[in-house]
Amino acid sequence: MRLTMADETLFALLHMEMISHAHKSAGENDEDQGKHIRILEGMGFRVGQGLIERLTKDSPSFRDDLDTVKFICKDFWTIIFKKQIDNLRTNHQGTYVLQDNRFLLLTQISCSKQYLEEAPKFLAYTCGLIKGALSNLGISCTVSAEVPVMPTCKFQVVVSKN
Amino acid sequence: MSRQTNRGTESKKMNSELFNLTYGSLVAQLCKDYENDEDVNKQLEKMGYNIGVRLIEDFLARSNVGRCHDFRETADVIAKVAFKMYLGITPTITNWSPAGDEFSLILENNPLNNPLVDFVELPDNHSNLIYSNMLCGVLRGALEMVQMAVDVKFAQDTLKGDSVTEIRMKFIRRIEDNLPAGEE
Repeated sequence: MRLTMADETLFALLHMEMISHAHKSAGENDEDQGKHIRILEGMGFRVGQGLIERLTKDSPSFRDDLDTVKFICKDFWTIIFKKQIDNLRTNHQGTYVLQDNRFLLLTQISCSKQYLEEAPKFLAYTCGLIKGALSNLGISCTVSAEVPVMPTCKFQVVVSKN
Repeated sequence: MSRQTNRGTESKKMNSELFNLTYGSLVAQLCKDYENDEDVNKQLEKMGYNIGVRLIEDFLARSNVGRCHDFRETADVIAKVAFKMYLGITPTITNWSPAGDEFSLILENNPLNNPLVDFVELPDNHSNLIYSNMLCGVLRGALEMVQMAVDVKFAQDTLKGDSVTEIRMKFIRRIEDNLPAGEE
């Protein structure tokens, strides 16, 4: 299959435009601070679902949640961000922390604490991606992100109890 | 600095499915946020413009392309260098106007709707949507930053049943002013 390639810079700029659109369409509503984040997450969710369907069509089925999350850390991350997640931790009770030490969408912004308060909006789309991907693999979860210092990012996945 | 060594074009390639699907999710979101297709088209163009004015810097830094002497050269650079670098395709340049101020870019495969897998289908109720209109904005914004006012629009679109996708570009004028004194 001939795979066309896109360019990282173009993707990063597109991503920034999405953020600013979500910000504008959420408006200045004080009661709903998180609306723009949810818009971005929703967009990511759809895309995560679509991607994972295509990426897993030839892979064997997963043994358990951990196996699935490992797939996200290795294959999924490599295909979309060209590197693996650097560190995966779990409490074996449905919480996983995925740490990327050089997260693509933050590398151009800062490598210090500058702009730290701006970081969450740059992560919402990717949280949605992870959530959508896991959702189509049968894991319903919440995904949040935290940035200790740019461009390091920790995504926390909490599997919903059924 | 490690950043400098990262500047090659190869190292910046990424999975196009993520890009295509992301673009698709943006268009879908805009269709939700705006009442009619014209507004979506306008918004896509505007976002493209914002991207273009930034992308040109990246392009000039990475491509070593200097100032173009005429619009034909501009066309060549756009089709053969810029489209290649960012979207991995090389559109054909055709339909020059006699005055040389207008030409078309023919895209056999529109990169924004990944032709291999037919990701995109326009629903019946969005017949006026110009799905890839962001491209027009990108081109307009980027060229404006190198002092060229250009009108860019889709003349044909495979999503609408045309056999090819055609972007028509018309040179309007050179932007001469607002250079500080002493600069070129």
